[in-house]
Amino acid sequence: MKVATNRREFLKKMALLSAMTTAATMFPGILFAEDQVAGLEGLDNLEWKKSPCRFCGVGCGVLIGTQNGKAVAVKGDPASPVNKGLCCVKGYHSIMALYGKDRLTKPLVKKNGTFVETSMKEALDLIASKMSSTIKDHGKDSVAIYGSGQWTIPDGYTASKFFKGCIGTNNVEANARLCMSSAVTGFMSSFGIDEPMGCYDDIDYADVFVLWGNNMSEMHPVLFSRILDQRQKRGVKIIDFATRTTRTSMAADKSIIFNPQTDLAVANAICYELINKGRVNESFVSKHCVFKKGETEMGYGLEDNYAFNDKPALIDFEEFKNFLEDYTPEKVSKYSGVSVKDIKYMAAYYGNPNTKVMSLWCMGPNQHTRGTWMNNLIYNIHLLTGKISTPGNSPFSLTGQPSACGTVREVGTLTHKLPHGVVMNEEHRKFAAEIWGVPAENISPKPTYHTVEMFRALDRGDIRFMWIQVTNPMVTMPKLKRYRDATEKKDRFIVVSDVYPTPTTEIADVILPSAMWIEREGMYGNSERRTQHFEKMLTPPGDAMSDTWQLVEVARRMGFEKQFNYKEESHIEEIYNEYRKHHAGKKHNMAPYEVLKENPGMQWPYVDGKSTKWRFNEKYDPACKEGSEFDFYGNPDGKAVIWQRPYEAPPEMPDEEYPYWLCTGRVVEHWHTGSMTRRIPVLHQAMPHAYVELNPEDAKRLNIATGDLVKLTTRRGEITVPAAINLRGVPEPMQVFVPFFDEHMLINELTLDAFCPISKQPDYKKCAVKVEKA
Amino acid sequence: MPIKSYIVLPYDGEKETLVKSLKSIAGCEVAEATNEEIILLVTDTQNEEEEGQLKEKINGVKSLKFMSMVSGYSPENITSSTS
Repeated sequence: MKVATNRREFLKKMALLSAMTTAATMFPGILFAEDQVAGLEGLDNLEWKKSPCRFCGVGCGVLIGTQNGKAVAVKGDPASPVNKGLCCVKGYHSIMALYGKDRLTKPLVKKNGTFVETSMKEALDLIASKMSSTIKDHGKDSVAIYGSGQWTIPDGYTASKFFKGCIGTNNVEANARLCMSSAVTGFMSSFGIDEPMGCYDDIDYADVFVLWGNNMSEMHPVLFSRILDQRQKRGVKIIDFATRTTRTSMAADKSIIFNPQTDLAVANAICYELINKGRVNESFVSKHCVFKKGETEMGYGLEDNYAFNDKPALIDFEEFKNFLEDYTPEKVSKYSGVSVKDIKYMAAYYGNPNTKVMSLWCMGPNQHTRGTWMNNLIYNIHLLTGKISTPGNSPFSLTGQPSACGTVREVGTLTHKLPHGVVMNEEHRKFAAEIWGVPAENISPKPTYHTVEMFRALDRGDIRFMWIQVTNPMVTMPKLKRYRDATEKKDRFIVVSDVYPTPTTEIADVILPSAMWIEREGMYGNSERRTQHFEKMLTPPGDAMSDTWQLVEVARRMGFEKQFNYKEESHIEEIYNEYRKHHAGKKHNMAPYEVLKENPGMQWPYVDGKSTKWRFNEKYDPACKEGSEFDFYGNPDGKAVIWQRPYEAPPEMPDEEYPYWLCTGRVVEHWHTGSMTRRIPVLHQAMPHAYVELNPEDAKRLNIATGDLVKLTTRRGEITVPAAINLRGVPEPMQVFVPFFDEHMLINELTLDAFCPISKQPDYKKCAVKVEKA
Repeated sequence: MPIKSYIVLPYDGEKETLVKSLKSIAGCEVAEATNEEIILLVTDTQNEEEEGQLKEKINGVKSLKFMSMVSGYSPENITSSTS
């Protein structure tokens, strides 16, 4: 394309195209004059290639326009069934994240407190040597790898094979522990198998959408726009059930606010109401469900080496019904802040046999000291009414990261997991070992540390070497100071692979420059079980290397040449084909490599050349037993579990000294810790720094106006941030909200490292804080 | 050198006036929907100061009810592909 003087014209066309696409989503059927559309034709001269978006777990398909070895344009992929051509503001600017001025391009080694450039060979030699000597001196469980839901599938698979299969330690964790492990344990305890039974197409069938603590308009904007589109077309209802008024609440048909943690009680009250009003689908429940209860008063994991194992016990419907007597709408209304009328309003939609209901949630129920229970309770509602596994009837747990599902949950990059099954199971260990080409004894049968405990182990000295890839724990760990101090202790060696300098690279002993996204080949797996392939479109800058190949190089240096005997030019294909073997069978088969290359993703189980859209329903899922109608085959008896889970208070609540609730979260402009999106000028300018949202009445009483500095103090630390009153979100009285994207205003200095005892996922949504005008 | 695009809504019955007003401002290009009261605006300025001045002018247009930014590009942010 000749662009010497037309560079600006080209960008103007891109800007207009973005606006047209967005307008088309907001105003379905909108038309523009033909001459205006024709004016965009110059964009066709680029080479366009498909990829999933780099950012969130929705997994939008994008088309990347490249020219002369550079990515110069991006647009939504109309062929993608996920986003149908639309992108959000991050997606439209995604390629700009490749070209920040301070990209890491050379390996850096810390010498006498200063980073010194070195060659990639020397850096990799040093890492291999340090790992070997640490294992020799302190044992194999003294080395660890911490990755993320932004790892590609081959990255995570290589890490798991290297650490669990070859070294023989289960010290493999990922930041997805912080964002969706409660979803995993929720699925596992209710259904015996992970990930949603439904898919995004449920949006096209549901009549009512209940958003459980989920600010979709900012966190999953493309899916939210699909819901808004359905409201325009079919008049569907949107109920926002949250602790704070957000853009989602404002767009919803009904906003229902609850007091923090009482979602547990409200969910139980809905179940009570369903039973009380005779709205239970008795035929479905008797054929396809069992009732169980587990341990209660489990604690919150605040102490080191905390351990908990649930003890499930079968109960009957009558016992469950009696348990719910404590959760009448009248009783729950008194402490939840939700009116009896609103509890009955939600229950009425769930209970109406002619209404299809989709429940959606993400961090609200997951980042919760009773996160597993919250997930169980939402499933309870759908199971009692039989509103599950059919188009439009769908409890749908959304994920935050592009491959939290694909890499962390499916590959199994958590301490207890294997690609197929768990380390505690001998058959699963043997199965993995055979594919990995290692003795089964190599794989330890004992899980070691979940994420919070892994950083505690680093602090204690049980872990001495940690390799961190594609994540930024020095911004995201709760109770941050303890874990930052841990990294600075003597005899700790930290390797960080990333694309930009971050607070985490600051604490590294070696920094490896990583190839980012389309600078290498890979796959992501999104929230609806869709695996998407992207090819290498660009040459990474300087010495930057993919995280996969970094791991392969170090593994080979440590003597595992046989297990990592991949060819550099085809290693992603080889690794994916090897990985597929772990999931062979009708319950989890992954689409072949060639199919992924040709299509905008395929959903597992991929059986007989077809994706499975709705699992556990015989009509759609070939893995179901013939004649079963519904088969929850993750559990040996084929039945889903309705759990008796009570309301329990959180470990820290507002008191005289710290009288406010603190909730943290994200904003639409920034991806997680902002290490990429803050380098995109338009996104940075739109949201340049963090802020604290206060309720207007509180702000008035404290004489705080928007922009005034506010000091926030908890038992863990203090920070000062500017106030935002009546802007994007409005918290309830005596509650504040702070986003976590800003490394200069680290809200996680204040948060508490309490977690769900079952999932080990921390609760970033609730702790007690003091608020003062600075 | 920012280039930005916006979705712009006019006050009721003011679409033509708004289109005319925006077109008369240097640095503004306009595309209008043929079946909705929606206007797309692309602004092109040389620097942030100029952009601020342009925004002031746009905000002064009386027929403009609402505008929301969709995308923003700076040519220097994407390595030049001049050939």
